[in-house]
Amino acid sequence: MAEPILQVRNLTKHFGGLAAVDNVSLEIRPAGLHAVIGPNGAGKSTLINLLSGELSASSGQIIFRGQEIGLLAPEQRSRRGIARSFQKTNIFPSFTALENCRLAAQSRQPRPLAWMRDALSYESMMFTAKQVLAAVELSGRAGDLALALSHGEQRQLEIAMCLATEPELLLLDEPLAGMGTEESLRMVELIKKLSASHAILLVEHDMDAVFQLAQVLTVMVDGRLLASGTPEQIRADREVQAAYLGEPENRP
Amino acid sequence: MFYLIQLLNAVQYGLLLFLLSSGLTLIFGIMGVINLAHGSFYMAGAYLAYWLAKATGSLWIAIPIGIIISFAIGLFLECTLIRRLYQRNHLYQVLLTFGLILIFEELRSIFFGDEVHGVAVPELLNYSIPLTETFSYPVYRLFITAVCLVVAIFMYWIIHKTRTGMMIRAGNSNREMAAALGVNIPLLFTLVFACGVTLAAFAGAIAAPISSVAPGMGNQILIVCFVVVVIGGIGSINGAMVASLLIGLADTLGKVLAPEYSGVAVYLVMAAILLWRPQGLASTS
Amino acid sequence: MLHVTLPRWFLLSLVLLLALMPLGATTFYLQLGAKILIMAIFALSLDLLVGHTGLISFGHAAYFGVAAYTLALITPKYEAANFWLTLPVAVAAAGIAALVIGFLVVRTTGVYFIMVTLAFAQMLYAVFHDTKLGGGSDGIYINVRPELTVAGFKPLDLENPAQFFYLTLIVLVVVYWFLSRILHAPFGRALAGLRVNEQRMRSIGFPVFFYKLGAFTLAGAVAGLAGYLAACQFGFVNPEILAWHQSGMVLMMVILGGMGRLHGAVIGAAAYVLLQELFSSSALFGGYAKHWQLPMGSLIVIIVLALPHGIGGMIDLAWRRRGFRQEEVAQNADG
Repeated sequence: MAEPILQVRNLTKHFGGLAAVDNVSLEIRPAGLHAVIGPNGAGKSTLINLLSGELSASSGQIIFRGQEIGLLAPEQRSRRGIARSFQKTNIFPSFTALENCRLAAQSRQPRPLAWMRDALSYESMMFTAKQVLAAVELSGRAGDLALALSHGEQRQLEIAMCLATEPELLLLDEPLAGMGTEESLRMVELIKKLSASHAILLVEHDMDAVFQLAQVLTVMVDGRLLASGTPEQIRADREVQAAYLGEPENRP
Repeated sequence: MFYLIQLLNAVQYGLLLFLLSSGLTLIFGIMGVINLAHGSFYMAGAYLAYWLAKATGSLWIAIPIGIIISFAIGLFLECTLIRRLYQRNHLYQVLLTFGLILIFEELRSIFFGDEVHGVAVPELLNYSIPLTETFSYPVYRLFITAVCLVVAIFMYWIIHKTRTGMMIRAGNSNREMAAALGVNIPLLFTLVFACGVTLAAFAGAIAAPISSVAPGMGNQILIVCFVVVVIGGIGSINGAMVASLLIGLADTLGKVLAPEYSGVAVYLVMAAILLWRPQGLASTS
Repeated sequence: MLHVTLPRWFLLSLVLLLALMPLGATTFYLQLGAKILIMAIFALSLDLLVGHTGLISFGHAAYFGVAAYTLALITPKYEAANFWLTLPVAVAAAGIAALVIGFLVVRTTGVYFIMVTLAFAQMLYAVFHDTKLGGGSDGIYINVRPELTVAGFKPLDLENPAQFFYLTLIVLVVVYWFLSRILHAPFGRALAGLRVNEQRMRSIGFPVFFYKLGAFTLAGAVAGLAGYLAACQFGFVNPEILAWHQSGMVLMMVILGGMGRLHGAVIGAAAYVLLQELFSSSALFGGYAKHWQLPMGSLIVIIVLALPHGIGGMIDLAWRRRGFRQEEVAQNADG
């Protein structure tokens, strides 16, 4: 296997007496999709927050492209090449879809001291913004306010914003949450496309999507890592079946 | 010995600050309202004490009447104005309560004039305990300290040992959940606000004999209360106690060491703490 | 709610109208006008911080005061100071104060931020009020206004009310133009993003601390500009210009006019100053005129409860109905 882009070693996060994430280790390859699944309260969102920097770990290491990033703030991790989407849609509702993406692109070409030029005149930012909107198939909605977009479109927009920051690793926190069937299919297609060129860590509850998309699966229960492997291995794993996949009707 | 006296002063000032700041921090912690007019209630308490003491001839009668009046004012304000601020942006809360300060100041000016007044220390407590041959300490100040301590202990008991207190703590950490569990939130808010007002007025009333009853007295002490709340953490009674005593010490020390800069001492402490811990001493965020 | 860009022709004709004022107005109105223009600059600086970036500073008078005091302290006692020298120094002093204080406070959020900005302003008040540094509560007189010379000749005499009015008008126009450019530039757009969703700004890689600090410092410097002009106008500084009443007053101006739009700040400043003149007019209120803060405070309460988007908000509604060009800028997300 090629050098992993992200290495997580013995990551632990305590809240008071409770260990929300308990001694979790995993590795993510430079391209492809690694899914993290588990029942509610398993610590999946906490894990993503630890990786993106919203939370700092109680102990353990997070190594991205060979460098320890555990002490870095979210903005610093973003600039290193990590982008994340949030479980609860986190965009700029009162800006247009285009402006959302342009602002995300601006983060890579900040130009804080250029006070004379209108930001909209910077061609490279506008180009990147239009490009990522096209990638998520939202070009038609570029001029609409983000709050006017449907739930699914907003989540696509969020992915577009992530792409505008030119990341190498995408952390996706339940991107399919709250989506109807058609929107889910579109999103799955999009993520599949992205996983060819990016490293993706996906947290999801939708088992159909997970088994379609993932090359590697990690199962978490109660903050601990229960099993890790290919989808087939996980499907066959007895412990996982008992703890999570549970009853026969839950199994995909 | 001189330092013992200063220490006693510091503790007395700190505890008085605690009385004021606890109301402020609770109102913020539970109701999410930043109330700039809190200092005006302190002033109102002092002026009420002055006026009632003159009318009835005794501070002992004046204070309970003052408490009842303040509580009523608190209820009235909450029902008419404050409850419209709960869901709103802090900016509007700041502005509305700032408007209230202006109104209260002018009302005070219209009814009581702009001169500085004094309130006599009650006969019973108007003597000093001799500490050494040359030094003695005013009993009234000890009385203030004692009263503040009693109130603080009473507050601690209510908040940690009674059902009402449990509801207050629940409302403090999670309003929606508390409401879902059956806590009558509107009533709770009204009572908490009225109690906060009363505490502030009470502090003003008992402090009146040792500080002058003057225009602007509320605003001065309000800002110090802000420093206490910032250092102690919003919503934290324990933090307010620690911070109040700390500020009491800093202020007194400042007056002793560098009288000209004593006003600045408090803010330097705040600056130092902000450098070290931007979230305050006791907050959990 | 979308905000409206006032069309160029409207703004230019307004400026022209104002420029014609000195031809007919008396000294009283010229001085009142200059006061309004200075307060408009002050309000603009706060609007950048509060309306545009979402940082609610309740201690903005501190920077206004620092610049005013700087002029008072470096002006020779009986001579005119050099305008071109003292203006940058005063504005720089205000900017540095904002930078230092900003460094300490910008890391705090929400209510803490409001309280610490107030506290630091109060600290500066205490410094100027209690110590001998600024002449204490008596203040300092500026006996001779600064002299504005260009290549040996004096285009504007600051002692002349009409010419001082022109000076403030010119400065206001420049500040308005400058801020309007900044708001459209990348920096300004990042500030708008900060107001709408700070967490998102962080997670897409903006160093939020530095942007906030930049906004805070810039706002402080512009407030200093207003303070310098105010000191020139009154010829006198005292600690009350740093008092929190002043901070509350300028915040009120921003709300009165409607936040987040530059013309709102100007409208708010004009409205506030005129209302204050109205309420303190002994012709109308007789003996109660000195209690002008009572109607003012009541008005503040009413406006907060009834008209949160201020006068500017009402204007925006009216213009939108008439179909004027709308710009998609961050809306006022508050209520």
